[in-house]
Amino acid sequence: MAAAVTESASARPMVRIRSVRKCFGPVEVLKGISLDVPVGGVVCVVGPSGSGKSTLLRCVNRLETIDSGRIWVDGDLIGYAEKDERLHHLRPSQLCAQRQDIGMVFQRFHLFPHRTALENVMEGPVVVKGVPKAAARRRAMELLDRVGLSGRAGHYPSQLSGGQQQRVAIARSLAMDPKLMLFDEPTSALDPELVQEVLAVMRDLAASGMTMMVVTHEMGFAREVGDNLVFIDGGVIVEQGDPRQVLANPANDRFRAFLGQVL
Amino acid sequence: MTGVPEAATGTRTAPEPHLPIDAIRPPRPGRWVAAAVAVLAMVWLLYTIIVNENLHWDVIAEYLTDGRILGGLWVTIQLTVLSMVIGLALGILAAVMQLSGSPVLRAASGLYTWFFRGTPLLVQLIFWFNIGLVFPSFGIGVPFDGPKLIEWQANELITPFTAALLGLAINEGAYMAEIVRAGIRSVDPGQREAAEALGMTHRQVLRRVVLPQAMRVIIPPTGNQFISMLKTTSMVSVIAGAELLTVSQRIYLGNFEVIAMLIVASVWYIVLTTIASVGQHFIEKRFERGHHALRTRVRRNLRPFGKGSV
Repeated sequence: MAAAVTESASARPMVRIRSVRKCFGPVEVLKGISLDVPVGGVVCVVGPSGSGKSTLLRCVNRLETIDSGRIWVDGDLIGYAEKDERLHHLRPSQLCAQRQDIGMVFQRFHLFPHRTALENVMEGPVVVKGVPKAAARRRAMELLDRVGLSGRAGHYPSQLSGGQQQRVAIARSLAMDPKLMLFDEPTSALDPELVQEVLAVMRDLAASGMTMMVVTHEMGFAREVGDNLVFIDGGVIVEQGDPRQVLANPANDRFRAFLGQVL
Repeated sequence: MTGVPEAATGTRTAPEPHLPIDAIRPPRPGRWVAAAVAVLAMVWLLYTIIVNENLHWDVIAEYLTDGRILGGLWVTIQLTVLSMVIGLALGILAAVMQLSGSPVLRAASGLYTWFFRGTPLLVQLIFWFNIGLVFPSFGIGVPFDGPKLIEWQANELITPFTAALLGLAINEGAYMAEIVRAGIRSVDPGQREAAEALGMTHRQVLRRVVLPQAMRVIIPPTGNQFISMLKTTSMVSVIAGAELLTVSQRIYLGNFEVIAMLIVASVWYIVLTTIASVGQHFIEKRFERGHHALRTRVRRNLRPFGKGSV
């Protein structure tokens, strides 16, 4: 861990996860996870339900607290400040500042239902960063255009299809200009014919150099876009590597069994 | 339905025949008898009321717009509106405390709702009116018997109106706390997470995301509370609160027209609650915009899908 501090910024990974453990009551869902995501890298996290993959993602922007271990994003320790060799809890305002740099896309979109698509995308910059409304609106329109929904700016979430809602949710996260995007099963709640439109936006985002952590069941996406595929089972990383290689030649029996079920 | 076998083939030359349904309903003698009895009962009731000489319709008509009655009506309206506004503020405060992470704040809020919902409003009103017996003076200054900057005598501060307002508002706050809490809890926790993931502070999450969505659930029972409050203000008559019932009672103590004055008061109460019900109807319509969106979704699903290009 001391090495992380001395490393030069250029070699520093965007996300550095070390020995993270997390319990929900008596159940230990993360049993020591260590993982690096390089700047601009796309890591796809796969695994059976209940394996802890979503929990890991939620720990990165501290929607969940961890019981032990360390998580750094862009060199900043998440949730704590280290001073005099002791950890100090961050104040709520400091936590909010850390979260601003980390975009998150949820399985069930969680768009604000009382606001239009445009207002959803404007909400973060206006409320959190204090961006003037006119500037925020211009930027929001650009982002809606980027996800192919500039024509739906005035629609309320309930008037949009699942795929459209998820694309608005991606635009809402991008509006905060994050360094890192977390995707928590972004296509699992979608009808099959709507999955591709969301994956296309994500593919585009990865090509633009965004650092991404993607919890997904879309092996095709992982193979095509992912730089690293991580298989988590029972709270530990069972297998990881280049997606094209590990998907073609899974070494671990459990991974092979899992692939047999999802492919 | 002679065309059934033909329809399956899909090749039909003759137009579909028109088969009107003008079926005869079975007779329902029970309904007719019940209706006749109900009408008869109502007519008889009205007749006995109208011809009853003890009701003094002329007195009722005379006092309906009496200055003292209208003054009492105005006090009733003031009491209702003020105690609802203060009660709503107290309720939001107590509900937010109840949902906070601090066990001390939760306990304080719980104690408040427990006590003020657990004791009769009538008792609370009399208590507030006689608060001077417990605290002869109120002041701002150093707590625990320290020096005071400003001090008021309870006898001057606690008029029937302020005592009524205190009692009604604090009691209402305890009920509103439960309504607001239910509203806040009805908002999907994912909404909170999405807002937090954007970097919003707790206060921003509450004000921008949670409360606006909670309002849809909070508004209808709040309307009911308002209508109920219009009538609950009559309890203030025990401390001579100068509202509608109190002034009616004062008048009949002078002219002995007990029933007529009670009818005068009732007429105004009904007018107020009717107006409030109509208002409630329109406010609820306004906040049903979420459901409106659902209806458009159903319509949209009947149209071919507009495919968004990526």
